[in-house]
Amino acid sequence: MRGPRAISGAHHELSSRGGASRFRCPTASKAPGRGLRETLAAWILAGPSVFFLLMLYCLPVIGVFVIAFTDWRFGAATLSFVGLDNFREVIADEGFRSSLRNTAIYLLIVVPSTVSLGLLIALLIEGGKSCRSFYRAIHFLPFMATMSAMAIAWEALLHPTIGLVNQTLSAIGMPAANWLRDEHTVLPALAAIGIWQNLGFAMVLFLAGLKSIPKDIYDAADVDGADLWLDRLRTVTLPMLGPVSMFVVIVVALRAFASFDTVKVLTQGGPGHASEMLLYTLYRESFEYLRTGYGAAIAVVFLAIVVTLTLVQAHLMDRKVHYQ
Amino acid sequence: MSTRALRACLLLSPAALFRHTVLLATGALILVPFVWMVSLSIKPPGEIFRTSFSFWPVQFYGVENYTKAVTKAPLPRYLGNGVMICALILALQILVCAPCAYALAKHRFAGRDTLFGLVLIGLLLPHQVLSLPLFILGYQLGILNTYAALVFPYVVSPFGIFLFRQFFKTIPDDVVHAARLDGLSEIAIVWKMMVPMALPAVIAFAIFSIVSHWNDLFWPLIAVHDQSLMPPPLGIMVFKSEEAGTDYGPLMAAATLVVLPLIVAFLGAQRWFVEGLAEGAIK
Amino acid sequence: MASVSIDGIVKNYGPTPVLRNVSLSIADGEFLTLLGPSGCGKSTLLRVLAGLEMQDAGSILIGGQVVDGLRPKRRDVAMVFQSYALYPHMTVAANIALPLRMRRLTAIQRLPLLGRLLPGRARIAAETDMEVTRTAKSLDIGHLLTRKPGQLSGGQRQRVAVGRAMVRHPAVFLMDEPLSNLDSKLRVQMRAEIKELHQRLGGTFVYVTHDQAEAMTLSDRVAVMLDGELLQVAPPQDIYDDPSDRRVAEFIGSPKINILEGVMRERGLIDVAGSTLKIDAAALPGMHLSLGIRPEALHLADQAGQSTLTGSVRMIEHMGSDLFVHLDLAGPDQPLVARLPAEYGPRIIPGQTLHVGIRPERVLLFTPDGRRLRGQVELSRPSVTPLREAAR
Repeated sequence: MRGPRAISGAHHELSSRGGASRFRCPTASKAPGRGLRETLAAWILAGPSVFFLLMLYCLPVIGVFVIAFTDWRFGAATLSFVGLDNFREVIADEGFRSSLRNTAIYLLIVVPSTVSLGLLIALLIEGGKSCRSFYRAIHFLPFMATMSAMAIAWEALLHPTIGLVNQTLSAIGMPAANWLRDEHTVLPALAAIGIWQNLGFAMVLFLAGLKSIPKDIYDAADVDGADLWLDRLRTVTLPMLGPVSMFVVIVVALRAFASFDTVKVLTQGGPGHASEMLLYTLYRESFEYLRTGYGAAIAVVFLAIVVTLTLVQAHLMDRKVHYQ
Repeated sequence: MSTRALRACLLLSPAALFRHTVLLATGALILVPFVWMVSLSIKPPGEIFRTSFSFWPVQFYGVENYTKAVTKAPLPRYLGNGVMICALILALQILVCAPCAYALAKHRFAGRDTLFGLVLIGLLLPHQVLSLPLFILGYQLGILNTYAALVFPYVVSPFGIFLFRQFFKTIPDDVVHAARLDGLSEIAIVWKMMVPMALPAVIAFAIFSIVSHWNDLFWPLIAVHDQSLMPPPLGIMVFKSEEAGTDYGPLMAAATLVVLPLIVAFLGAQRWFVEGLAEGAIK
Repeated sequence: MASVSIDGIVKNYGPTPVLRNVSLSIADGEFLTLLGPSGCGKSTLLRVLAGLEMQDAGSILIGGQVVDGLRPKRRDVAMVFQSYALYPHMTVAANIALPLRMRRLTAIQRLPLLGRLLPGRARIAAETDMEVTRTAKSLDIGHLLTRKPGQLSGGQRQRVAVGRAMVRHPAVFLMDEPLSNLDSKLRVQMRAEIKELHQRLGGTFVYVTHDQAEAMTLSDRVAVMLDGELLQVAPPQDIYDDPSDRRVAEFIGSPKINILEGVMRERGLIDVAGSTLKIDAAALPGMHLSLGIRPEALHLADQAGQSTLTGSVRMIEHMGSDLFVHLDLAGPDQPLVARLPAEYGPRIIPGQTLHVGIRPERVLLFTPDGRRLRGQVELSRPSVTPLREAAR
């Protein structure tokens, strides 16, 4: 039977002669017409997404940079390139610097507290067998609650005279404070609210991390002699949570960095800019004062910080995959 | 807890006792804002402004407070807006993202990597940064201060495309080939096969989308100013500034009503919520 | 090196019994394998031995001492896990050193920074390093000490796990299916290495597996477990040739032993598979018995005669060195597999009627409840008359 064998044999000869062969095996179904049809089909499927991605992501981000580097204002018909003028104005502005400072302080309070408390609670929950989902639900609740509404509840809690916090402090003889109206306490107060909200989130991520530690490593540690809780923590649990911990830090930092609701609802940046944070500054400059160039410059700074954090997060995720 | 669990709890070792004590303490502290909010929502003004530690009021004022909350502010309207907007956004997102994810997962075509790069860039960009140009766009389109304004920036979700693509990739290619041989068009494959098979991913995404849009204050603040259009976070903020801190009772009642839907949904389907939101972070 | 004594261990998970009154004695320096299918309780027994789980009743003695209340650390046992359970964040050297560090350094000495300042620590650390290096070299992984487990192959990881167990010179080595995650070629190689290890170290090894080949080749004695019970404990060849229970006979041996159902006709005669055979066993007429015949105990006979069974060929498997011939014997549902030399290949075709002869001393008899009936077995046909004539 010469026919088919001969043809495929010829194919084999042709393709084995030199690298790229002009003749492809027919069964690969990559004939030119087919490929075009598939490309067309794919682009039709992706069409709406592409359109909206361009319109709602690409165009706006370019727009932000354009506005930041030009002198365009609302209603203006023309614009001209002004280089780094907007950025210079922003950096020179004491208001912006203090906003940045406040954001940094806020982060420095919120991130370590949230991460360590989240870790502690996760360790306690996983450390026993009973009532796990009960405790998990309670601690995760703040994350689900609409912050704008809960801010109002917090305002009542922090009220200087009738608030529960001050009532409790007075009852045990500690000094009370006008939490949201005193420039020294307002940022810590907002930070406390931030910790309250994000705690459950950190906890849930740590719970996932703890669950992914294989049980037989703990058995091996038992047999090897690391059987006290402190030994187990140091030998197995904490080292293996290392990658997760870094990840949680970044994720909590991103969320804390973008906090806005509490500032807008409770303090509007006050008293006197003491609680103003970056996103609130962005909002106010862009939409209340309509200082578009200024606002866009802040947006670029905000973007730069977020992108850096996100890329670090992506890098850590990559390392996490190779780690085990 | 079941009687067996209760009995087990009574035979506690010191370690377990410590664990439960600490967790109950932190749990109680976490719940304080909720409890206080509900407590104030059922107290009359006289009791609110009197310092006391009690949860339950001497005079139950809940009916009055909640009635006032629902009538003085268009709270039902706010909640209804919230439901409608979240549903609309979710529906559009799935409609737009699923086919794109399918193309990225199962088709080989020119420009696929560029498209995926576009999606990844979208994942990087926080929506607050884009708010100014989006506002301008909305203004140019004349849709500001309409429901469309609240919905349009979110019509496509890079996270949705990413999540669906991951899931679609795990579906064997042969399933798709078989469907094509059976005569299904590509669109039919997306809706009749891929999405139903990717239900866990769809649910996780739905939860992530609904929670983040129900709780969003930033964009609605910019996009609309008519009270009739406001979603719950914005509505309650407006209500608060109108009340100017005097009428705490109805204010707390309104806050409770705004927070309640998601809390109830969460308690009912805890596992899905936790998984869906954890996925969102891991993106 | 120590002897191990397991007395009446009972373990239940909730309402489900996992270990039913298991008793076993393991001699000092013996290699004992717990063999059984998944879910038979062998891993649970190993974990109870190690102290990772508490038994509900019964006692464990190691080296003559009762260890029941003791944590694993105090029992002087080492364990190699099925998944190796190496610490992924530590180097190979740190993995192997950990058991030594845990035992030799006090809690204070183990503190990260302060501990280093304490006097004895440097000396202990140096000694530990030396032993780790020595152990690693003896297992051929000396060059991998600075790597992390994620960078090693399966076989290398297995050796690190063994090293971590060895380095303490424990009284008892416990191994929980350590080879099941390796590919078959590597498994055969590692089997030989484990046997060598046992000969070199001379410790007491308790080995868990579901693979009969491992059990047969490695062990001094095999303990066959099923459904939480020990069925038989004996040297491998005895398990094979002289099983005490039908389930043991069926579990060991590949291909599976042939089981034929027969009925005692009268004293000394049994009806089986369309023939009537003479046997000498303590059984009354009418009693049902099972005959166990290993495939290799059968040979080809030219014609029906004494000690033969007759059937038609259903299928032939050519294995290269042997033939496995599947026969359908007379009587309801009585298949038979015979192992014959490959030379017979051309002579046998499906559908053909074949006579197979049985070596009487290889026949195993079992009562209906699975117990082995031991007694002289002699198969002989009283006459060549077919069954129906004899029944008249």
